[in-house]
Amino acid sequence: MAELLEMKSITKVYPNGIVANYKVDFSLEEGEIHAVVGENGAGKSTLMKILFGMHSPEEGDIFLRGEKIELASSNKAIEKGIGMVHQHFMLVPSLTVAENIVLGIEPKRSFLFDKEKAIKITEELAKKYNLKVDPRALVKDIPVGLKQKVEILKALLRGAKILILDEPTAVLTPQETGELFRELKVLKEKGHTIIFISHKLKEVKALCDRLTVMRNGRNVGVHQVSDVTEEDISRLMVGRDVILKVEKGTALPKETILQVKKIKQKNQFGQTVLNNVSFSLKAGEILGIAGVEGNGQRELVEVLTGLLNLTSGEIYVKGNLINNYSIKAIRDLNISHIPEDRMTYGVAEKMSIENNLIADKYDKEPYSKKGILNIKHIKKKTVEQVEEFRIKCNSPLQEVKMLSGGNIQKVVVAREFSSDPELLIADQPTRGIDVGATEFIRKRIIHLRDQGAGVLLVSADLNEVMELSDRLVVFFNGEIYAYFSDTSNLTEEELGLYMLGVKRQNNEIIRGAIYEEQ
Amino acid sequence: MKNNRINFEWIRTSVVIIIALVFTLIIILLVSNEPANALREFLIGPVDSMRHIGNVIELMIPLIFTGLAVSMMFSAEQFNLAAEGAFFAGAIAAAAIALSLDLPIIIHPVIAILGGGIIGALITGIPAFLKVKWNASELVSSLMFNYLAFFMGIYVINYYYRDANAGAMVSEKLDISALLIRLIPRTRIHMGLIIALIFIAAAYYFMFRTKWGYALRVTGQNSKFAEYSGINTLRVFLYAQLIGGFIAGVGGATELLGMYTRFSWQALPGYGWDGIIVAILARNNPLFVPLAALFLAYLRIGADIMARMSDVQNEVVALIQGIIIVLVVAERFLAKYRHKWVYKEAKTSISEAEEE
Repeated sequence: MAELLEMKSITKVYPNGIVANYKVDFSLEEGEIHAVVGENGAGKSTLMKILFGMHSPEEGDIFLRGEKIELASSNKAIEKGIGMVHQHFMLVPSLTVAENIVLGIEPKRSFLFDKEKAIKITEELAKKYNLKVDPRALVKDIPVGLKQKVEILKALLRGAKILILDEPTAVLTPQETGELFRELKVLKEKGHTIIFISHKLKEVKALCDRLTVMRNGRNVGVHQVSDVTEEDISRLMVGRDVILKVEKGTALPKETILQVKKIKQKNQFGQTVLNNVSFSLKAGEILGIAGVEGNGQRELVEVLTGLLNLTSGEIYVKGNLINNYSIKAIRDLNISHIPEDRMTYGVAEKMSIENNLIADKYDKEPYSKKGILNIKHIKKKTVEQVEEFRIKCNSPLQEVKMLSGGNIQKVVVAREFSSDPELLIADQPTRGIDVGATEFIRKRIIHLRDQGAGVLLVSADLNEVMELSDRLVVFFNGEIYAYFSDTSNLTEEELGLYMLGVKRQNNEIIRGAIYEEQ
Repeated sequence: MKNNRINFEWIRTSVVIIIALVFTLIIILLVSNEPANALREFLIGPVDSMRHIGNVIELMIPLIFTGLAVSMMFSAEQFNLAAEGAFFAGAIAAAAIALSLDLPIIIHPVIAILGGGIIGALITGIPAFLKVKWNASELVSSLMFNYLAFFMGIYVINYYYRDANAGAMVSEKLDISALLIRLIPRTRIHMGLIIALIFIAAAYYFMFRTKWGYALRVTGQNSKFAEYSGINTLRVFLYAQLIGGFIAGVGGATELLGMYTRFSWQALPGYGWDGIIVAILARNNPLFVPLAALFLAYLRIGADIMARMSDVQNEVVALIQGIIIVLVVAERFLAKYRHKWVYKEAKTSISEAEEE
């Protein structure tokens, strides 16, 4: 195969001083699917953003078919036939699929936007690449999997021959992932070259031809996928052996700590997002909530933590009816919360690690007394926590913004775990972070359980819910579709059927999620 | 790393000031027939005599108060612009107390200043309340409240405290027991300077050493995170603006009792707006407020002296202020140079690490 693209000795330093790429070489052969793997903060996204013209490197050159190219902007990259599908979709929700696809290069009739033409273009393109989308649907109404297709089509319409996909499967169900892989293989057959950024080694094995492993801003090796095992790749990524399976003893459930009784929740548009959900949780066990995102999990977490007011039903924590409790009152019951969106709810990014670590306890003794902060105690505790939770930083006074994703999540976890919670609500606790941090956080969750806390684990990561949960419920469309009192014999495929609402257990089994009151 | 970034902010602010001064220089050269004289008066004038130095310090005092007031509200991301009205209303309240109560020295100014603070808190507090209760933008309502404070104040002076024998619309002479003592002879530098310094220390302590100040900063940085953490952000919004208004009101009262013998303002004095400039220059940090206030006071006095002694008008100051604000607020200004510096540093640290 011919070499299509080459990046030579790329160095990129961010304004905050983080060296994201250091003398990285990267090459791409025509018509391959090339995986870029590495932990979060390893520099893969940065390298790809450079290739897409979003960042300019301090050093290094890029060659396309042997010719040196300058990528001063994303428009330049698109001109050269490079397209990118971002992790967070760059679509306008209030516009239709067709309008999004032609955005910026709209077909015109005299001076006006030609809507019919846009729809026709979309349909033709979709047919050519066998990516099924409805051109007239509004982007805000379509599921994540389809949004991704829209993004891919958008890039293809702009003439992308090299397609960069930044963690495309992070938001997909197993079924959707399978579909995406088939589509990508079609693209490959049609002569496109694909760069696939991922943490998920299984997917890399299933899809890719070659892989580049990044670690700590450096390229630590390029391999034929067929030559290496998953274990090899993970060893290369973290530079040590990682046990992807978490070691976990049997749970020793104690008293019931959380009871959710027939809760219903309506959103601002009057749609029912939680419908008649009941379950209970005991201290010393982990109850997993699996489900495709957007099936009521977020609302469940928000009503449990007080961020949303419950429409109807009852929630009891340690026997207290908490329906009308404020966030503060709920936290005072010794409940911790790892939020799904860590940059919005989990941290104040421009404040120091120290300031972020005390947010839930700054008003309690000994952190403050009669309103006066105990700076000495705060500093001591911060140093301890940074060490205990292995937060990689220059100093506890460093801004959180300057840390990598995994370390930011460790700040959140350190804060939420250090108040000795009796109930932990963990919403996507390891989303988008590296293997090392993931393993660390999962171990801490189990450790917390073994100390006698109840854990409600909401996760879209099947491996995670299956590995960690002692009991498991599956959410679909705001309802519980399945309950498993034991997760050891469960397969991902079976879980997937419930997650997509294809199957539903009978009410008898689902009622098992509730502990009968003695 | 962190130190470097603070250094960079200093350098950036200095460069901004130099650019603004160079612009001023060019303008003076263009419009003046005696540029050397004008420039000398502008730059050296404020320090060429004890009286002028006094003028700078006198002007610095109200700027410190309003700068602190605005910093407090901006730190909580509350863009309450009623510091101006609160300052004015504080002076009105102080005048009323000085004229209507008969109290011994020391007690009299203390009560008058506290009264000014409370009225000031009311002026910024009502927009704050409207925000908390009905989510009315504090920016809009506080802006309107400046006029409310002004006309109500003028009404009070006009109908209750006006000196009928005076030619202009001024109050009667303030009770001498209420006035603040002068600190330095041959200047009008008054007790207000000490009060201002105390407020700086107190504001800093409040913001960085108390749980309320911590909650205020967290709320300002990310209110969603603050809520998630259990902080009652509505309460923070409210007290940040109450405290801000209180400080501005105290400033108004102090200014009146330190510098005047009658209430004689016929228009809003503008210190509240200047407070915004001070807060922006000081990055909302109470410790930097006096520096920023000193700088602005120096410019103002320099321009005034220049206007009196040469043929250049003092509107030049507006130009300097404009340039400074635009460049300080423009975050990306000089970012390239900073980046080069960061890059160089990162590279050396890598090569050092690899040699090990």
